[in-house]
Amino acid sequence: MIGPFVFGLLLPVVAGCAALALHRRPDLASRIAAGSIVASSVLTGGCAICSLATGATASIKIPWNVPLGSLSLGMDPLSAAFVLPISILASAAALYGRDYLTATVRPGWIARSWFFFNSLVAAMLLVVSARNGLLFLFAWEAMSLASFFLVLTEYDHDEVRHAAWVYAVAAHIGTACLLVLFLLLGRGGSSLDFEQFTPQAAFASAAFILALIGFGTKAGFVALHVWLPEAHPAAPSHVSALMSGVMIKTGIYGLLRTLTFLGEVQPLWGWTLLGIGLATALYGVVFAIAQQDLKRMLAYSSVENIGIISIGLGTGLLGLAYNIPAMAACALMGSMLHILNHSLFKGVMFLGAGAIQLRTRTRDMNQLGGLLKRMPWTGRSFLVGALAISGLPPLNGFLGEALIVVGALIGVIASKHAHALPGEIVGVAVVGGLALIGGLSVACFTRAFGCVFLGEPRSQQASSAREVDGGMRIGMLILAAGCLLVSLLAPLWPALFRSAILALAGGDIRDAVMASPQPQSLLIALGVAYWLLAGVFALVWWLRRRIAGSWQAETGPTWDCGYAAPDPRMQYTASSFGDPFARLFRLLLRTRSGQGVPAGFFPQEARFSSESPDPFASSLFAPAFQVVAWLASKVRHLQHGRIQIYVLYIALTLIALLVWKLD
Amino acid sequence: MAAWLDAVLVLLMLSGFWLLGSSRLQACIRTVAIQGVLLGLIPLLSEWPDVTPRLAVVAAISALIKAVILPYLLRRAIREANVRHEVDPMVGFTTSLLFGIGLWGISMYLASRLPVAEASVSSLQVPVSIFMVLCGLFLIVSRNTAVMQAIGYLALENGIYGFGWAFAIEEPLLVEMGVLLDVFVGVFVMGITIHHLSREFDTIETDELASLKD
Repeated sequence: MIGPFVFGLLLPVVAGCAALALHRRPDLASRIAAGSIVASSVLTGGCAICSLATGATASIKIPWNVPLGSLSLGMDPLSAAFVLPISILASAAALYGRDYLTATVRPGWIARSWFFFNSLVAAMLLVVSARNGLLFLFAWEAMSLASFFLVLTEYDHDEVRHAAWVYAVAAHIGTACLLVLFLLLGRGGSSLDFEQFTPQAAFASAAFILALIGFGTKAGFVALHVWLPEAHPAAPSHVSALMSGVMIKTGIYGLLRTLTFLGEVQPLWGWTLLGIGLATALYGVVFAIAQQDLKRMLAYSSVENIGIISIGLGTGLLGLAYNIPAMAACALMGSMLHILNHSLFKGVMFLGAGAIQLRTRTRDMNQLGGLLKRMPWTGRSFLVGALAISGLPPLNGFLGEALIVVGALIGVIASKHAHALPGEIVGVAVVGGLALIGGLSVACFTRAFGCVFLGEPRSQQASSAREVDGGMRIGMLILAAGCLLVSLLAPLWPALFRSAILALAGGDIRDAVMASPQPQSLLIALGVAYWLLAGVFALVWWLRRRIAGSWQAETGPTWDCGYAAPDPRMQYTASSFGDPFARLFRLLLRTRSGQGVPAGFFPQEARFSSESPDPFASSLFAPAFQVVAWLASKVRHLQHGRIQIYVLYIALTLIALLVWKLD
Repeated sequence: MAAWLDAVLVLLMLSGFWLLGSSRLQACIRTVAIQGVLLGLIPLLSEWPDVTPRLAVVAAISALIKAVILPYLLRRAIREANVRHEVDPMVGFTTSLLFGIGLWGISMYLASRLPVAEASVSSLQVPVSIFMVLCGLFLIVSRNTAVMQAIGYLALENGIYGFGWAFAIEEPLLVEMGVLLDVFVGVFVMGITIHHLSREFDTIETDELASLKD
């Protein structure tokens, strides 16, 4: 099993280099690169499903001539749970990217873009399969660098360079923590191989905090999320889809993998993750409602979903810590399923946003509108994604959240029977929190879908938009179909993800988690309901076709009769739709609006603008980095530019070291 | 032969002071050439009754390179760049001599602390070698012309070479040959740098490189 996986990992790298060599023939380069991604996805995805279904593990180890390092790769169900979304989303994004890049990027950059795209995919696969700390860090850096260059694709725009810079700084702060983390974990061992990490109770909590910051920066936990709303809008859309859909999940993977090294699960970790998850999800969804930029809104929504995943993990860890296996099984499985789901629906929405941006040259929701008629395929795919991400029942987003909620409820019930778990708090936090988040995200995506696809176009570009075709359409349809398929195949998932969550459950509770029937029975019930619903839909659709087939359908302008002198400016805009929510959360959002109200009796020029800058970026990180810059300017005079002084520094250091070592 | 060896070592130390105190490039080049000859004598003197032909050949070759070839290259460099004096050093020549006394003190201190000092034939060998290394570094730091820095680099390498002879009788010679090759390349590069500097900027003062910093 590991053989095909390694081949699938190397294939994109080789093809990426080939694409770079063929940079004079961009079309051939994209063909090779995208083809290799699809082929690699088939291989790696197949390995992942195989490992998930059988619970099998496989590994390969090649000595590596680097201190503490070895080329140690492995595939187990936990890795497989992340390889699966990577391979699905990567191939959809590659199919989409072939046409998207041709249409948006100048020809000289296409091959380069593919090189970095392929490197990113390979690096992500390596991150989730590395079994050595050094190799992991290498892959982690490669992933950060490849995505950094991809963000930088349109480097001639100021804001793109700013976004890439913010991303690079955030990535390196995270990596710094990871460096310390792996040295801590590997202390006393002869190499940084994962199998040599032994749980050491003394610094388990320190390691947990380091992992939380290091991996949380990539995942986008609240306060560490500031790079997401900058980098995702700046990157090309298929890259945003990949980054938002799976790359930030590697942070979650790292956190989970680290938890397996730390031994006995402590309740505090569960509470921490639960609290962070709640804060992150609420923060993300509130800011998503306040955004006018479509891709920025999606980026904040990714923050929200990372929060939901983290809530599930926190609940699951509490279940493990307080010895309630059914709670742990449900909540952890819910998280795992949500990771897969989020990669599908966030992928389709970013791809849709890219199609919209390509055809209308804007991401501002206040400039869009009425696109469902002009871009029906994009619109319907986006609708599937929007329904799914809002966690509405017939779609896959509901499955994961339902499992998490059921897990919390099991905890509440169990706490009645002499368990130490404070069930009420968990109940209120998880069930109440997820309900609030779900409601807000329904509002958020109603606003997004309504403003972008319904009504009348608000600008010239929007009214002249036309549908995308070819690979772009196929990429979106694959992911939208994936959303439907996941919910129709609901009963399969507990069996697949069961082995993945077992990596976290050590000791006595392992068998109990394995045996707990709740996830399976819940998803079977949901699956049956979905099939019935699908049957009813099909029946209604068939009846409608039969009955209405002979009728003459007449198409007219939107809202024809209520709209005597139609003007698109009469519609709700994205800003006005979001305004009630923005008022509700004004303490957090601090929306700044500028308006010029017309004076006098006759209509004159009026204007309105509003923006909600991220408070963490503007009030926490900007001042902090100013302090850093000030300190750096203080030591700047060490840098003279005189060779002599540099030699002096070296000589003094050497002499000082010599004297020190001799004493 | 130990007395002769000590005499050679003292001469080497004095040559270090000469380098620190002299402003004339010609004289400094001659001094490093003399250093090369003296260094060539060290292995012969320390091994005197049983000098193998191989040892003699290696010593002769290194003396040839250090005393003839490298000085020739440096002379050619100063002729091409048309400089004769170190005009405006960052540390004056008298002050440099005072620093030299300090460096000699540091060398004695370090040599007394180094656990390897007993292995050598003469107790002066380790301190003199360290002193030459430090002198070379000091020249690189305190002089402005690239030629003088190249001379400093050579003096530094001479120190390392002398240090090597303190312990190594036969085997590390190959390593030393490698080091010599490094020096050769170093001087070669310096020569090119000087050539280009003087052509592009009408000066060989490395100070001017500071204008390239951001």
